[in-house]
Formats: sequence, C-alpha cells, structure tokens
Amino acid sequence: MSRQRAKRISRRGFLRGGLAGTAAVTVLKSNHAQAGHDFTGYPDAMGVIVDLTRCIGCRSCEAACNHEQGLPAPEKPFTDFSVFDELDHGEKRRPDEAHYTVVNRYEAEGLDHPLFRKIQCFHCNEPTCLTSCFVNAYTKTPEGAVIYNPDVCVGCRTCMVACPFSIPAFKYSSAFHPRIMKCIFCHDTRLTKGRPPACVDACPQEALTFGKRVDMLKVAHQRIREHPDSYVDHVYGEDEAGGTSWLYLSPVPFDQVGLDPDIQKEPILNNVTGFLSFVPMVLSIWPLLFAGFHLLATRKEGKEMQHEENGAGEK
Amino acid sequence: MKEKLLSMGLAVTAMVLFAGHVLGADRLQEPDTVAIASLSELYEPVEFDHAMHTDLADCARCHHHATGTGPATPSCGRCHPGTGAAADVSCRGCHAPDPFSAPNLKKLEEPGLYHIDKPGLKAAYHLNCLSCHRETDAPTGCQDCHAMTEAGQRRFYTGPFRPGMAAMSGTGASQGEKHE
Repeated sequence: MSRQRAKRISRRGFLRGGLAGTAAVTVLKSNHAQAGHDFTGYPDAMGVIVDLTRCIGCRSCEAACNHEQGLPAPEKPFTDFSVFDELDHGEKRRPDEAHYTVVNRYEAEGLDHPLFRKIQCFHCNEPTCLTSCFVNAYTKTPEGAVIYNPDVCVGCRTCMVACPFSIPAFKYSSAFHPRIMKCIFCHDTRLTKGRPPACVDACPQEALTFGKRVDMLKVAHQRIREHPDSYVDHVYGEDEAGGTSWLYLSPVPFDQVGLDPDIQKEPILNNVTGFLSFVPMVLSIWPLLFAGFHLLATRKEGKEMQHEENGAGEK
Repeated sequence: MKEKLLSMGLAVTAMVLFAGHVLGADRLQEPDTVAIASLSELYEPVEFDHAMHTDLADCARCHHHATGTGPATPSCGRCHPGTGAAADVSCRGCHAPDPFSAPNLKKLEEPGLYHIDKPGLKAAYHLNCLSCHRETDAPTGCQDCHAMTEAGQRRFYTGPFRPGMAAMSGTGASQGEKHE
C-alpha cells in the first residue's frame, strides 16, 4: 500500500517538477539574455593612451596628481628616483591611500634601457568595483570616469577584492569613516570641464595622450602600424576586462611591465550574471514551489489517513 | 599721476614695438636662440641655443619637411616629398600648446585627417630633444635643461619643501635622509 502511494506521488511530482523546471529555465534564459548584454562603453567616454616607449620616469604625473587631488605630502620628493628600487613584500609600488598613481621601473628583456610604467585606475567600461558594490558607491560617468561616493560606502572593501587590477585602496587611517582611495580621472575638477586629467597635462613626453576613447584606439593602432618594430601588436585595455578607458602600448610583452596578460577579454561581471540571476528565483520561487509540493504530498496522505480512519470507523 | 601712467604706457608700447621689430628681423633668417617658456609655471624658461644646434644636425632632423630641406623620415616623404619651405617653420606653427583642449580634440574628428597623432608643443620639444640627447650622450636629466621655480619645488616637494623640512622636526628630516 505505502509503496503504491509513493509511486503515485513521485509520478505526479515528476510532472509538476518538469513543468516547474521548464518555467525556471525559461525565466533563467530570459534573465541571462538581459544581463549578458554587451555594453561597450559610453560613446563619448574619454580615454588615455599610456605609451611605455615614451615614458622617461620623471614622476611629473605623480606630483601633478598629488597636487590636483590634495593628497598628503609624500615620504620622499617626487624628484627622488630611489622609489623605483622600493619593494614591499617583494612587490613594486602600488597605488595606495596617499598615491592615486605610481610609476615603476622595469628591466625588460632585449632592451638596453629600462621601461617605466605608470599605473592608476583603468576606468573599465563595465567596472567590477561598481558591480560588486552593494550600496552603489561607484558610478561610471558618461565622460568615462569611475567615481566613488564616500557618503554611502560602508567600508566592506569588496571592490578591492573584485578589481582585476588591484587598484582601490582603503584609507585605514580613518576606519570610522570608511573611504576608498583611487584615481577618479580628475572627474570633478577637469574631465567634466573638458580638460585632460592633471597627470596628462603634466607629462612632458605625451607618454599620456588624451582624447575620446574611440579616437584613442585609432591613435594607438596607428602608432603600432607606423612603428611596427617599436610596439607589441596589442593595445592593452582595448578588450581586457571588457575594455578600459586607459589603454597601454608597450615595446615588450605586457607581463614584463607588470600587467597581467591573462585578464579575461570580457567584463568580469559576465562570470556571475548567470549565477546571480538564479538567486532571486531561488529566494522567491523555490519556497513557494516546495511549500506547494509539501502541501500536495501531505494533503493526499491526510485524505488517505482520514479515509482509513473512516473505514475503520465503519467496520 | 596721470602723466606718470601715460609715460609708463608709452615706454611699454615702445618696448613691445622694439621687441616685435627684433623678432621680425630674426624671423627672416633663423633665430640664434629661442626662449621656450611653455612650462614657466614650474620651471624657468629654457634658452635654446638654436645656432649651436644647427651645427649639430640637419634642419629636417627637428623641422621634418617644414624647412624644405627634405623629409627626415620616409613616412613623411610619402606626402611631403619636396614641397618647399612651409610658411611657418616654428614648432608652434604645427604643434599646439594645448593639444587636449576641447577645440583641438574636436579637430581629430575631421574625416580623412591623417595627422591624428600630432604631439602638442611640449611633447614635440621633449620627444625631439630627448631622443637626440640620448643618442648623443647630451644631458637628459630634467633639471639639466630646466631650473625649477619655487612653485615647481613646492609641487615636487623638493628643495626647501622636502618632506620633513617644512616641519623642521628633527625626526622628520632624519627619516627623509634615511630613505635615500
């Protein structure tokens, strides 16, 4: 008797499950299609080419950034080149709460001179700091900057983990007023006024070239085409992490100048949209669905129990 | 008072006219020296010894095709094989002092424009000067050519504005030294 009942329920359950499954797949698919859109950046977003063949390591960009952003006085003068020898836990300097940008020196194979590489926020088209932030502290502006609002930040530092370039830094000196420190492309003071960021203005060599990102891509490719012997045939940032506003040109493979060549060529967000679109469904539909299953299953059990009781009563 | 102002104004006008005359005369040939003051906020102007450099290199080395002495690189020669001297051979004639201003960026959108990657004036100087100075073991340090102004020293936290110097606290200064 009990085996028969189990069989009957499992068949009905199977049918219902199948229906629910089909519905779920439909929902999932449409969600995925929505989330997996290909946003290739705002059309008028600005960009900067960092040309490592031109950088001479003068640190003028660092000094200009410090001044423009009102950052604290550095430990050493910006004319002091001993910072290029500094290693922290075996790593070269990184942007931190007092420096939105740093220049490092690299000894590249096959070159008779060192290379210098500036690094700062890459200002991704689809920034992971932004998508990982649950209080929406970050904004990608139509001008191309990824800016940050300290007023809503709760200091969870998820953005620091999420950033594929390890850029956002936490101001540990003000733990009770959580504050992420990172390059904002001089958004308020310059970008919105149609001016290049302070570092670009300061660069003597135009190792930093500023313009619309779409134009900068053309310029970068033209430079490679005109001087094929001077460059690796790749614009770092054209596709990396779904495309970034800051683009790099290098005479040597990018891993030799401290840039990760294995960063995926689509937005980091795409790794999780499938999973994340599944979450609301699990939280909203599953409780109802399984509560329904449970009720259906126990209703029959209850009816049969009642039936049996009634039968016993008749006898 | 009025008289004083008037005479001062006259003096200034005379000076400007005189300077204009001298410059105009020089422009007919070539200048002996060129004062470069693009960066005069942070650095003192550079007195470029043009006469000395003309002994060291061909005109085309710096002026590309503009002086009519032939293109320096084959890629220039594709379009400027022997077009004669340009009306304006000064660096500033082609290289904008503000390459990233909105109007200059707008020009990049002109369809068919070939020179989409023309360096601004400051970069034209540095790219040209430094590349040659490196090849010929000429001075390449920033302050070999530019003396910093006080504003520059403040910007770079150097000279009297070295970290630790401003506070003049003994520990700060010694820390600064220790790092070097």
